[in-house]
Amino acid sequence: MSSLLDVRDLSVAFDTAAGRFNAVQSVDLTVASGEVLCVVGESGSGKSVSVLAVMGLLPPTGRVTSQEIRFRGEDLRTATPRARRRLIGRDVAMVFQEPTSSLNPCYTIGWQIGEALRVHGATAPSQVRRRVLDLLGQVGVPAPEQRMRSFPHQLSGGLNQRVMIAMAIACDPALLIADEPTTALDVTVQQGVLDLLVGLQRDRGMGLVLITHDMGVVAQTAQRVQVMYAGQVMEEQPADPLFAHPRHPYTAALLDALPERAEGKLRLPTIPGMVPGIDDRPGGCLFAPRCRFTTPKCTADRPALRPVNGAKVRCHYPLDDAGQPTGWTLGGST
Amino acid sequence: MIRHFARRLALIVPTLVGVTLLGFILVHAVPGDPVEVRTGERGISPERLAYFRHELGLDQPLWKQFADYEWQLLHGNLGRSLVTQESVWTEFTTFFPATLELGICALTFALVIGLPLGVIAAVRRGSALDYGLIGISVTGASMPIFWWGLMVILVFSVALGWTPVSGRIDELYYIEPHTGFLLIDSLFFSDDKGAFISTVRHLILPTIVLGTIPLATIARMTRSAMLEVLGEDYVRTARAKGLAPSRVVVVHALRNALIPVVTVLGLQVGALLGGAILTETVFSWPGVGHWLVESVQRRDYNVLQGGTLLIAILVMLVNLGVDVLYGVLNPRLRR
Repeated sequence: MSSLLDVRDLSVAFDTAAGRFNAVQSVDLTVASGEVLCVVGESGSGKSVSVLAVMGLLPPTGRVTSQEIRFRGEDLRTATPRARRRLIGRDVAMVFQEPTSSLNPCYTIGWQIGEALRVHGATAPSQVRRRVLDLLGQVGVPAPEQRMRSFPHQLSGGLNQRVMIAMAIACDPALLIADEPTTALDVTVQQGVLDLLVGLQRDRGMGLVLITHDMGVVAQTAQRVQVMYAGQVMEEQPADPLFAHPRHPYTAALLDALPERAEGKLRLPTIPGMVPGIDDRPGGCLFAPRCRFTTPKCTADRPALRPVNGAKVRCHYPLDDAGQPTGWTLGGST
Repeated sequence: MIRHFARRLALIVPTLVGVTLLGFILVHAVPGDPVEVRTGERGISPERLAYFRHELGLDQPLWKQFADYEWQLLHGNLGRSLVTQESVWTEFTTFFPATLELGICALTFALVIGLPLGVIAAVRRGSALDYGLIGISVTGASMPIFWWGLMVILVFSVALGWTPVSGRIDELYYIEPHTGFLLIDSLFFSDDKGAFISTVRHLILPTIVLGTIPLATIARMTRSAMLEVLGEDYVRTARAKGLAPSRVVVVHALRNALIPVVTVLGLQVGALLGGAILTETVFSWPGVGHWLVESVQRRDYNVLQGGTLLIAILVMLVNLGVDVLYGVLNPRLRR
């Protein structure tokens, strides 16, 4: 598998009235072609911001710094805006969370899908029309002939998300980034959209970055998982070992909170506390205030992301196969 | 949608009755009547005064005069000017093209400058350019037309001598009215190329003066609508498609921002006709506004009442048209 996207040491900061807020800190992101990477994390963990930064879609208040952002070896940081726009939308496409507000209310969906085709290699109107119909069929929109003349407000959220997906795959992208594609949808249609995405990924051999906060979605789709928390990557490993042996206490806590895993317990376990906000980020490990195993070392030193048993973990005391923190004693000395 | 328009049309009737009543009251509240004004300082014998008043129906009680006027209106008759004896409708159609020509030019000027200014200010939000444009548009919107007109004349006509002071065209030229629009008549129906140039030169200052307030309003409205739209998800989607920034702004953002701007535009037409009265007076522009102001001085009741009514109908029709346009611009209203 060749590498599609290589992002190294990506940081995003926003200048707010209260000072500089680091939304994303030193995140690495690599996706190979044909690979499904899931980025999971709670709201505000920086997962959306990091991919928006890669796409160049952040508002101007966002300051992006990085060592490297390469797509198929081409450096996006030094690419001209024009060259970057040629890649974006054609080779890298994106699907967003709110399908209905992500489509322009003033144009028919057929026109909007067609626009993606026309911008990247204008083709004859009849050809565009045929392609649009074909795409709508591929994403499972019924009666595409009529639907392509519909406006977004005339379709359901699920259909609109299928339209968004059709628009994203219009130019046969090598990489598709889906930012919480099912979160805003009815539970009943979530599965259909998810199946569609994974099916398209498999059939076309695309790389797929799926951003979600839903561990259930991760379990169904991911080959590799990146767990984010408060703007940092906490853990990264292939999906199967992650579910079997989470190395970071945060990942373990997330998994414990899955209803499927809480059988035989009276209460569903939760993680106490909240994700730190703009001005209450701790100095040491960002997860320390909510972690079961916090020691003075955790609150003093911020751990680095390091390899442990085939995973990458940002923890002073990564969990062993039995789920116990290695080298951990109460009080924190090793 | 159809019910909506039926209701709007039905509302026009009571509005028009209200307009005529208001017009009637205001006209009769002004001291002096047409006969007294015309006799001037020379005076007139009481007998002849009573005779003329009787002739014009001014000796009737007010309610009777109003009822008679409404009855006449119901027959589609606006009456005759008390001064020229010409029918009010004929006079209106004679003067109206001049006002329409000026109004179209002013609105075009306001749109052509105001829309891009608003868009640029929104795209460069917070820049010096943005603040400058806000400052200019606030100043423009609060500029009294009569003062602004005089200032512009002082600078460009008197001091610099670039443009004529007043009128529609140089007195050298006589243009046979075909359409009533001098721009068209002088260009296509006159052999003299100077006539068209003279018409354009005469139009410049009134256009600027009348267009200033709509321009400022349009620029401000466009800016705020654009700011709102630029933060929408679909604008991000458009950028994610790899569209050029100009295409994102114009095709995706401006198309949506136009919806509220068009509403404001409809309201501006009413303000524009009000402004036309002042502008036409300042520039001696032979249009409806000028005609009405002269009629006030002559207490020409029929012209004042009829002219007000016709302008009211016009404003209502324009607003109805804007409603239709709104439905065309905003697909969400169609079903």
